[in-house]
Amino acid sequence: MNLELNVHTLHYSQVNRILRKAIEEGKVNFKLYGVNGHRYLAAGISKKVKIEIYGTPGLDLGAFMKGPEIIVYGNSQDGAGNTMDDGKIVIHGMGGDVIGYGMRGGKIHLYSDAGYRVGIHMKAYMDKVPVIIIGGKAGDFLGEYMAGGIIILLGMFSRYPEKPIAGLFLGTGMHGGAIYIRGKVKESFLGAGLKPYPLTSEDEKLLETHLKEYCEDFNLNLSEIFKADFIKIIPYTHRPYGKLYAY
Amino acid sequence: MGTPQFSTFYPDFYIERLENRCIKCKRCVKECTYEAHLWDEKKKILKEDHTKCIGCHRCEAMCPTKAIIIKPHPSQFREHANWTPWFIKNIYKQADQGGVLLTSTGCAVPIKNYFDHLVLDACQVTNPPIDPLREPMELRTYIGSKPSGIEVEEVNGKFRLKKPLPPLIKLEIPVMFAAMSFGAISLHVHQGLARAARDLGTLYNTGEGGLHASLYEYGSNTIVQCASGRFGLHVDYLNAGVAIEIKIGQGAKPGIGGHLPGEKVTEEISKTRMIPVGSDALSPAPHHDIYSIEDLRGLIFALKEATEYKKLVFVKIAAVHNVAAIASGIVRAGADAVVIDGLKGGTGAAPTMFRDYIGIPIELAISAVDKRLREEGLRHMTSIIASGGIRCSADVVKAIALGADAVYIGTAALIAVGCSMCQRCYTGKCPWGIATNNPELIKRLPPEVAYEKIYNLVHAWGHEIKEMLGAMGLNSIESLRGNRDKLRAVGLTKEEMEILEVKHAGEV
Ligand code: SF4
Ligand code: SF4
Repeated sequence: MNLELNVHTLHYSQVNRILRKAIEEGKVNFKLYGVNGHRYLAAGISKKVKIEIYGTPGLDLGAFMKGPEIIVYGNSQDGAGNTMDDGKIVIHGMGGDVIGYGMRGGKIHLYSDAGYRVGIHMKAYMDKVPVIIIGGKAGDFLGEYMAGGIIILLGMFSRYPEKPIAGLFLGTGMHGGAIYIRGKVKESFLGAGLKPYPLTSEDEKLLETHLKEYCEDFNLNLSEIFKADFIKIIPYTHRPYGKLYAY
Repeated sequence: MGTPQFSTFYPDFYIERLENRCIKCKRCVKECTYEAHLWDEKKKILKEDHTKCIGCHRCEAMCPTKAIIIKPHPSQFREHANWTPWFIKNIYKQADQGGVLLTSTGCAVPIKNYFDHLVLDACQVTNPPIDPLREPMELRTYIGSKPSGIEVEEVNGKFRLKKPLPPLIKLEIPVMFAAMSFGAISLHVHQGLARAARDLGTLYNTGEGGLHASLYEYGSNTIVQCASGRFGLHVDYLNAGVAIEIKIGQGAKPGIGGHLPGEKVTEEISKTRMIPVGSDALSPAPHHDIYSIEDLRGLIFALKEATEYKKLVFVKIAAVHNVAAIASGIVRAGADAVVIDGLKGGTGAAPTMFRDYIGIPIELAISAVDKRLREEGLRHMTSIIASGGIRCSADVVKAIALGADAVYIGTAALIAVGCSMCQRCYTGKCPWGIATNNPELIKRLPPEVAYEKIYNLVHAWGHEIKEMLGAMGLNSIESLRGNRDKLRAVGLTKEEMEILEVKHAGEV
């Protein structure tokens, strides 16, 4: 029930058509070679299949998808997991900007650095709690407008030793969810009204569960990660605009 | 004594109770969601608190003996051309509460209405009008991108298209229902709109609040919306309708996002939007994955890929200064339709300054966009959908003559189901059961009633449009599109006429 394919000369639309057809025929394991900027791979696919990608997928990898597990052996361009509903994206390299925009479920595990505007407006509902784990560093606006879900930022496997672990405007307008950061961030980098908090024992349990899976994905040592302390950033109110208006 | 609240001193409305008619049934107390009617149990009399009345006229309409009259409060400030009561009272409000002024519906400032300065043509003597009761009259309109040309091949002596045409949406009448989310308006209104759209052969738009489970059956008459908050947006939702509208902007509040206050997020809303009960639903001002036309193209094709190119993608923007250039970019980005929402477009909640002063009138925007797309050879690649301030069927006809393919109506559909334009939709207390999800209030407007009223309105407009077409000697709406020759201006400047591409009345 496998399909291996070199997509080097194919248009993204063709690749997605082939994927969809093969999924309909019952195939569940895919290996795509020669991926080179192909956009929208697995966009909108709602089956629990496994897609291994060799190369660099383009814009909006797995956008709107509901179920697939995608493993990228390489870097990924902007928009991975855009408005993703369920499933998992594992990237063995760096990711671009706007990862997990409006994400409502599933997981994104990124080994190295992420770009700007990651995890904007993630949201959670009932048992659907999306998780983004970034092994490297993140750019500005991480978790802006966040309404739910979990972002974990490790800052360990970065190509940019000179950069701070997270950029400016961290969590601006956040009104749900939590951002965990290994190490410290300057308070001036946080969105207005936000403060770092120490972890509770519940937080630690939650981190352990998520990071254990992360370590398995990348063959890492969990105890290494826990050698430094984490901080937690949560919204200061669930209604940041509650008092904005005059009636 | 506490700090005086100036805004509570001067009521807008006066509740007059005709004592000779009042039978003290207390219906008014029950009907008023703003608690302006009070029953004094001790004295057994009805009282009114004029300061609380917002002028919705619900009590007046429901009073069984017609004992209530709601009128402007007779108390007056000294006349002043600049400092009208509106500005004075707004300042009191802000001085009392220190917040952004919030309101509902569309622009309330009397900015020139160009529809009212345009008149239509009719046939006389030399070419006879067409009688729609006798001759077939076509309102059918196809929405979507039309190819620049078609290639035909001959196979076994039969001709056929070489490549299949891109999908188009067939409308039996070029009037659709604008995006109004479940949350902003009640489920009953959504059900009424959906059914009316199906029976009229047109489309309604879910807005950005997701799609209630009971409405999936109306899929072929549904436009789903993808807005910056991405609420209730998942694959099944994207596949539920025939088109996906990317909402970039809205005429009532260009440049800012949406905000459904936690008070309006009830159990059902929470399920549809997929957010916890009572939490604010905030839509950011921009889509944070769209900072350029190239990014917009990115999202358009992400949606097309995700839905296997079966759905049309519309892009909705507010009519702003550069609307023509923006629309051109949107078409190049691959949108099947550009929706332009003018200055007078309505909303459930917007800051007053935005509602009243930001954006440009739809009439000018339609014409500017149509012209620009024609000049650039892009007009066939998209449909123009005009919205914001369409009040009657003549407005529809004029919008189409200025270059629109179809229009959206929102406010007009709400007025059809009883809205009295009290402009307080943001409170969630709509006394007419429209802009609310309070389980008691929504009973005031059952879905069947909503359906019937909306259906009647658009059906009547359809007939009027046919009459007007016939009078102009046209037998199909297609021949009217962009046909400025059927319009003449009355009292417009040269510049305005140039933008609208119309001649002045009296010119031949
Ligand atoms: S708010 Fe409406 S129902 Fe209440 S008194 Fe005024 S007009 Fe009547
Ligand atoms: S929908 Fe309701 S609240 Fe809004 S203006 Fe109309 S009557 Fe008032």
